[in-house]
Amino acid sequence: MKALVSVKRVIDYNVRIQVKPDGSGVVVDGVKHSVNPFDEIAMEEAVRLKEKGKLTEIIAVTVGGAKCEETLRTALAFGADRAVHVKVDDEIQPLTAASALAAVFKKEGAELFFLGKQAIDDDAAQTGQMVAALLDLPQATFASKVEIDGGKATVTREVDAGLETLEFDLPGIITTDLRLNEPRYLKLPDIMKAKKKPIEVVGLGDLGVTAAAGLKSVKTANPPKRSKGVMVKTVDELVTALKAKGLI
Amino acid sequence: MSKILVIGQHADGKLNSGIAKVVNAAKGIGGEIHVAVFANDGAAVAAQAAALDGVAKVLVVDRAGNDDYVASAIAPQIVALTQSGGYSHVLAAGTTSGKDFLPRVAAKLGVQQVSDIMAVHSATSFDRPIYAGNAILTVEAPAAPAIVATVRLASFQATGAAAAAAPIEKISVDAVIPGHTRFVKLEAQKSERPELQSANRVVSGGRALGSSENFEIIYKLADKLKAGVGASRAAVDSGYVPNDMQVGQTGKIIAPELYFAIGISGAIQHLAGIKDARTIVAINKDPEAPIFEVADYGLVGDLFAIVPELEAKA
Ligand SMILES: Cc1cc2nc3c(=O)[nH]c(=O)nc-3n(C[C@H](O)[C@@H](O)[C@H](O)COP(=O)(O)OP(=O)(O)OC[C@H]3O[C@@H](n4cnc5c(N)ncnc54)[C@H](O)[C@@H]3O)c2cc1C
Ligand SMILES: Cc1cc2nc3c(=O)[nH]c(=O)nc-3n(C[C@H](O)[C@H](O)[C@H](O)COP(=O)(O)OP(=O)(O)OC[C@H]3O[C@@H](n4cnc5c(N)ncnc54)[C@H](O)[C@@H]3O)c2cc1C
Repeated sequence: MKALVSVKRVIDYNVRIQVKPDGSGVVVDGVKHSVNPFDEIAMEEAVRLKEKGKLTEIIAVTVGGAKCEETLRTALAFGADRAVHVKVDDEIQPLTAASALAAVFKKEGAELFFLGKQAIDDDAAQTGQMVAALLDLPQATFASKVEIDGGKATVTREVDAGLETLEFDLPGIITTDLRLNEPRYLKLPDIMKAKKKPIEVVGLGDLGVTAAAGLKSVKTANPPKRSKGVMVKTVDELVTALKAKGLI
Repeated sequence: MSKILVIGQHADGKLNSGIAKVVNAAKGIGGEIHVAVFANDGAAVAAQAAALDGVAKVLVVDRAGNDDYVASAIAPQIVALTQSGGYSHVLAAGTTSGKDFLPRVAAKLGVQQVSDIMAVHSATSFDRPIYAGNAILTVEAPAAPAIVATVRLASFQATGAAAAAAPIEKISVDAVIPGHTRFVKLEAQKSERPELQSANRVVSGGRALGSSENFEIIYKLADKLKAGVGASRAAVDSGYVPNDMQVGQTGKIIAPELYFAIGISGAIQHLAGIKDARTIVAINKDPEAPIFEVADYGLVGDLFAIVPELEAKA
């Protein structure tokens, strides 16, 4: 059984985001990028399933510009066997990304698709669900535990009320939450090996996908700033202050 | 004029408290607001939705299995209703369930979803947070065929009670529901404490608590203050508390009147969840902790001494 894992290149989660003064976006040039943390978790889960003998092949896929090759190399170092780079130069919207990812899934005849539950840049949290809709396949989002057995997936999901368990017939789509696993540290030999693994480059046209019309960005702004408050020295001072404001 | 469909999410026979906020966001768009209740037997939930100010009509779609809110089963019903009813907007609360089924609706309608709207400028223009709320993006969405959006609950007040209840109509929708996905179970944390997302006061503990036994002092303070209880990711990952208590970019986004961050450093991912808190109190032994940058009141010291004293004196 083949699995597809999508990996997105995003600004590293430790970077303090700077909004451009002209409101046209955030500063991305010269800023550290890495693999979306949720996608590392998706990779790790696929690799563990392969180590358990549940998968025969892992294919990493990304949709983006030339720099996303780095992202695919990271996925290959994790243990993907090969990669597909859907090359697009313009910024794309989730539905277009989802259409491309769905097309690759179909073309590869994969049965499982792991995506992150959200990308930490746009925070849209919608791509996996869109892929599932476009393919009319089952989805289990926000997964914190995955079991694959007998043509079925049993997935524990982190939901507002607690933990929900769903079961679906393969093929299907799973989006990963933080507690699904802890991604391994990549070792140098793996990184070296990854350099030799094949990456196939395709265009949207090759997949029969046209970019969907979408949302227009009007402007990007800084959120309202919280100002630094006061430091109190004792519990009594704190209690007095909170009581004076009617907060307790 | 806009015709807005609000999905009336619910659990245990109760309308989700966020729906009153979604209706308020819909009022900002302007137009006729309908709430759709998908349930096994939606009568009780529909009555609650009909009592919200601004709602013109409540539609009930009863079907065995709808209570489980499996995305692949709910989405086709919403798509069918959107098309047959000629709706210009479909809105859902940005809960884990809204985030699960609504992108599926958007993809089927062939539109992008506007995720987590936090302000409404017009029927087609909205603000949404990106980069864990460290930037706010204003977007303009194409009006046709429909605008599909989740609503960031922390950004809107609840609509009030209606003077007279809206009419309730039972309908059926023409949708094919796949049998490939089955709900197995929900392990819900039962708690007598106020619900994290609607609580006026929230007390959160972080990694510094060190164990689930030590977390008791957080619960005790919360009970004294009649507060909900939250946690940082580190506290959840370490197993001190269950996942549904996580506050932050990947947990719950909350907007209480009063928030206590106790033994929490203030990572940007945590702050993303409390940007709309009215007053933040931070207790941390490290005077350099980033949480103090955003706290209205800061107290430096050992939480194991401070929290019991605070509980006694509050
Ligand atoms: C002008 C403009 C305005 C926009 N406004 C919005 C908006 O209001 N709402 C909105 O939701 N989006 C908006 N976006 C779209 C966003 O930038 C998309 O580009 C992105 O493709 C998908 O959203 P996301 O990254 O948040 O994905 P998510 O849905 O959060 O990502 C989930 C997972 O999907 C996978 N994935 C997503 N994209 C890729 C990719 N390119 N390659 C490989 N894997 C991928 C990853 O596994 C990721 O973990 C806008 C884009 C533009 C150009
Ligand atoms: C993709 C991604 C998503 C994330 N999402 C979230 C999220 O949704 N929510 C979230 O919270 N985090 C999230 N994180 C994690 C986040 O980056 C931090 O790691 C986390 O918030 C740290 O938790 P903490 O403050 O409890 O722990 P620490 O950062 O370890 O802080 C502990 C604090 O306790 C103080 N302390 C220690 N002992 C005492 C004492 N006796 N008395 C008083 N103070 C004491 C220390 O000075 C320190 O400031 C995410 C990370 C990533 C990469």
